[in-house]
Amino acid sequence: MGKLILMERQMIMRQSFKLALRSIWGNKMRSFLTMLGIIIGVAAVIVLVSLVNGYMDSVIKSFSDMGANQIQVNVTNLSSRSVNSGQMYSFYEDNSNIFERMSPVVSVSGKVRNGEQSLKYTTVSGISEQYGDIKGLQLESGRSILYSDIESRQRICVIGGYVAKELYGSGENAVGKKIKIGDNTFDIAGVYQIKNKQYSESGGEDDFVWIPYTVAVKIEKNANIGDYLFTVRSVSKANDGVILIQKFLMDILKNKDLIRVMAMSKILDSMNKQMAMISGLAGGIAGISLLVAGVGVMNIMLVSVTERTREIGIRKSLGANKGAIMQQFIIEAAVTSSIGGIIGILFGCGVTAAVGKAAGVTAHPALNAVVIAFGVSVAIGLFFGYMPARRAAGLNPIDALRSD
Amino acid sequence: MVKLGNKKKDCTDSELIKLDHIYKIYNLEGEVVYANNDVSLSIEKGEFVAIVGKSGSGKSTLMNIIGALDVPSKGEYYLGGEPVRDMGDKQLARIRNEMIGFIFQQYNLLPKLNIAENVELPLLYAGIETAERKERTRKALEKVGLSDKWRNLPGQLSGGQQQRVSIARALSGDPSLILADEPTGALDSKTSRDVLDFLKQINEEGNTIIMITHDNTIALEAKRVIRIADGKINFDGKADDYAAIL
Repeated sequence: MGKLILMERQMIMRQSFKLALRSIWGNKMRSFLTMLGIIIGVAAVIVLVSLVNGYMDSVIKSFSDMGANQIQVNVTNLSSRSVNSGQMYSFYEDNSNIFERMSPVVSVSGKVRNGEQSLKYTTVSGISEQYGDIKGLQLESGRSILYSDIESRQRICVIGGYVAKELYGSGENAVGKKIKIGDNTFDIAGVYQIKNKQYSESGGEDDFVWIPYTVAVKIEKNANIGDYLFTVRSVSKANDGVILIQKFLMDILKNKDLIRVMAMSKILDSMNKQMAMISGLAGGIAGISLLVAGVGVMNIMLVSVTERTREIGIRKSLGANKGAIMQQFIIEAAVTSSIGGIIGILFGCGVTAAVGKAAGVTAHPALNAVVIAFGVSVAIGLFFGYMPARRAAGLNPIDALRSD
Repeated sequence: MVKLGNKKKDCTDSELIKLDHIYKIYNLEGEVVYANNDVSLSIEKGEFVAIVGKSGSGKSTLMNIIGALDVPSKGEYYLGGEPVRDMGDKQLARIRNEMIGFIFQQYNLLPKLNIAENVELPLLYAGIETAERKERTRKALEKVGLSDKWRNLPGQLSGGQQQRVSIARALSGDPSLILADEPTGALDSKTSRDVLDFLKQINEEGNTIIMITHDNTIALEAKRVIRIADGKINFDGKADDYAAIL
């Protein structure tokens, strides 16, 4: 008996699908206008979410190029309790499973000069041999600072592409020349490539002079180094790294106000959260248009029920019960909105690609937006189709038969 | 689900329809209208009955009750021995589907379905499987002589042909009762004749037919005539006897 009912349901459902398609095809203009709301709504959700995602992806990518795996450490050394670079190095070596590189960073003051020419905003830092790799810079000519330079406190330096260009004309020209930092003279051992030609400017990423940190400590007369830069082996280890460093420093300094440990990935995390919020907001705004489209579907379905009152009466006289009538109208609403949803997806993907290309954003249609937009459009069909369907099912067969 | 099939077999007597003191009362803006006022009648299997009356006499209300489209306000209606009064939507739908074949004045074919699909509808709602459905549809169309037109839409056929399709649809479910509401009302006299002859023929083959009409000459085509006026039966007898009082 149950099997029979199931079979009957399936057959009626198949017929309902066929009828729905035929009714949509039979009223092409009306169906298209009904779907238009859904098409625009679905396309808007996809385009907005995809473009926002694409744009934010590129922002985050350029940000993570800058070093999502970096952890900046700043300690305030007291005369009674302090951390020296030797302790930091042994801590770093003990945890080499998490940390990939480490460098002390010592700020050096003093104007950078070559003869009469000087630069105003050049950053001068004392660093270790790993610093270039941490920053992700490539040598253009000469060599980098080596471990032996640090050990033997060589008065050599490496300079950024901007400095080389401004003071020596080119990188090749600069290598082997002398440069003055304040009152101290250094030999230029190497020159780094300009990272971003567009943004190579005074005080920019390429406006730097690096010297061995051991030399910097001596010049600055710093007893202990306050700043360190770590990198972790993968971004996912950043949190563990932060916790480890904090614990290590707390054990020595006993005061968390003296310790500042910041993972770049944390900033990235908050950016990611913001991005999710923005794209959710954009999707939500577009989603409102889907809701409006749903009201359109309901409106048309109500018209359809009124128009087809007689058909409903005939079907009832032939043995259709409320459930069968209701199913027919709900399926019709769902099929209408699904077709609208599919067209909207295609349209939205096309517009995303076109606008992305025009705006220079690599935007791929966001899969979640596609799935959600389609799901919502079907759900809207079912939801807003329900009321008209119920009205249809509730029609009295006699009244329905009498109507013209 | 009502097990009508079994009940029909259990019913040993040949009584198909029994109306027991049926009232249908409407309350129209405070005025109480008795559309059916204490109607009792009994129809046996194989009969060909005409229910005749002027418009407003209550014959349509009576047809709706007999057709399980409507329920009486008071009184009992038994169809195949089954009381209809307390049935819900699903049971009434099933009764209409399995026991009654409707023929309407305006044919009431679905304009967007082709002829075969129209005839197939009651079988679809009955849950009959595809192969048997197709076969029974084909046979029903053959019976009314329209098997070659199965692909046509109703609008492509003449009125007489459309009425034959609706007869095929009524017959396809093999119902216990054919209920024809003014079946010739929209047809010219020639095609009316054809339809009436066809109804007579299927009656000869054992089908029970109730025909609602306002036209006495049409009513006389039946074997038995029931006349309704002001919601009450004022004649119930053989067609010959009815002809005598006209």
